[in-house]
Amino acid sequence: MFSSLSLHTIIHVAVALLFPPLLLGVINRVKAVFGGRRGQPLLQAYYDLWKLMHKDSVISQTTTWVFLFGPVVSLATGILVALIIPLGHASAPLAFAGDVILAVYLLGLGRFFTMGAALDTGSAFEGMGSAREATFACLAEPVLFIGLLVLAKLTGSFSMIDVLGDGVAEAWSGATVALLLVLVSWFVVLLVENSRIPFDDPNTHLELTMIHEVMVLDHSGPALGMILYGASLKLFVFAALLVRLTGLAATGNPLADWGIFLTGTIVVACLVGVVESAMARFRLPTIPAALVGAGVVAFFGFLLVMIEL
Amino acid sequence: MMTALLEPCMVIAVLLNFYILSVSRLKMLIVVVAIQGVILGLMYPIVHQGFAPTAEAGLDLIPLVRLLALTIAIIAIKGSLIPVMLNRAVLLADIRSTVTSVIGFVPSLLIGGVGAAIVFVFAQQLPVSPDHHSPLLIPTSLTTVLTGFLILVTRREALAQVLGYIVMENGIFIFGLLLIEAVPILVELGVVLDLFVGVFVMGIIVHHVSRAFPEASTEHLASLKEL
Repeated sequence: MFSSLSLHTIIHVAVALLFPPLLLGVINRVKAVFGGRRGQPLLQAYYDLWKLMHKDSVISQTTTWVFLFGPVVSLATGILVALIIPLGHASAPLAFAGDVILAVYLLGLGRFFTMGAALDTGSAFEGMGSAREATFACLAEPVLFIGLLVLAKLTGSFSMIDVLGDGVAEAWSGATVALLLVLVSWFVVLLVENSRIPFDDPNTHLELTMIHEVMVLDHSGPALGMILYGASLKLFVFAALLVRLTGLAATGNPLADWGIFLTGTIVVACLVGVVESAMARFRLPTIPAALVGAGVVAFFGFLLVMIEL
Repeated sequence: MMTALLEPCMVIAVLLNFYILSVSRLKMLIVVVAIQGVILGLMYPIVHQGFAPTAEAGLDLIPLVRLLALTIAIIAIKGSLIPVMLNRAVLLADIRSTVTSVIGFVPSLLIGGVGAAIVFVFAQQLPVSPDHHSPLLIPTSLTTVLTGFLILVTRREALAQVLGYIVMENGIFIFGLLLIEAVPILVELGVVLDLFVGVFVMGIIVHHVSRAFPEASTEHLASLKEL
């Protein structure tokens, strides 16, 4: 029992560290196919990371230690969250009662330092991006929490390994509609948190409407590499949340579970690619409306769960 | 058992309420309200079947035909006749294609969400006889009525207020599903007819408003004036 559990832990850590950049490649490939192009290699994000890690950094003289702290903290928190949530098995290297709250706030901490690093450059442009990031994060975070609340109510636990564990599969038969609503609202959160179209465009670098990219304009070399890696980790974390929420990766067969989980995250990445190809960016004022809408949908799911107790 | 379809229908109806509160394009608003009407029309036979199992009246075709005719009538009126009329009104009265809200769309969506929460909690306290199909029926109905009120109160355009009125009636219709045994068809049809006349009257008002002012905004009607 112990040996199999530690084996799961090893696989968990390996997957969490090595797998995420692949998702960026999958999204880009799907977008390329939709655009009629062949697209970059699936492993492009790994090459980029390798390249960035061997570059020098140019650091503005007006910046302080916060500027370098930003990428480090956002990467560290990303890794920590990836170690808290269960992946292909209902266990996690870091698990304790209440880690649900820690996971969400770790994401918040990473965001805080990314914004701090952006503000530290003293650029008005990056300050604007930080303000937007803060605004939208304020609206996205409750949606995530309400979804977790639904799951906590259904599974009767406040630990990620239970909330997103094998109990979810059983909960689906009782509260299908509520979980479906949470699934939809979490997908919206995934798009917002990872600055994807229709909320933000990860490919623009010179538009006044962008949010996340503007905050990292001054970072270069290894720091930018850390940000890229952190971003892929965040995408992976949210994709993992969605896949665990479906409860499909709980067949009982460990190998099948891991297979389903990894396929599931790739499917989520494909979905993101499809959304990015099929939708235009929202106008900036409609983004809060869409987020509030997602929040109301998740909240309605919560009401449904509360009613049917 | 067809009653299994009832709850998804009601959840969709509530979600459409939220969408109705956030839509700003008039055409889209008309379409969404029509979709909600069609869903209500579909709920009607489902509830009916849940109440009168066909085992005893297996050979009796008349109730079935009646049910079918009523369903088709509801869907036709709510799903096509009213939207077509409203679209004609938009064309004839030259109404602006966007709806504006007095308090903004995000606040009205939030109020709708909070209202739904209060309604769902409140509906738990209501003494309803246990044989009513679903714990969702009353909250769905009240939420829909509330949405209708919100639209009526917060939207500036007369036509959007007509749509709010229709949404409110949809809520009353859902409530009527509770009484499906007791309420004869004539009363039900009467409600639909009421609505029909209401829309008709409102259409005339919209027409007059838009003739008196360049656009059909009810803000012009804020003060009374003696001629």
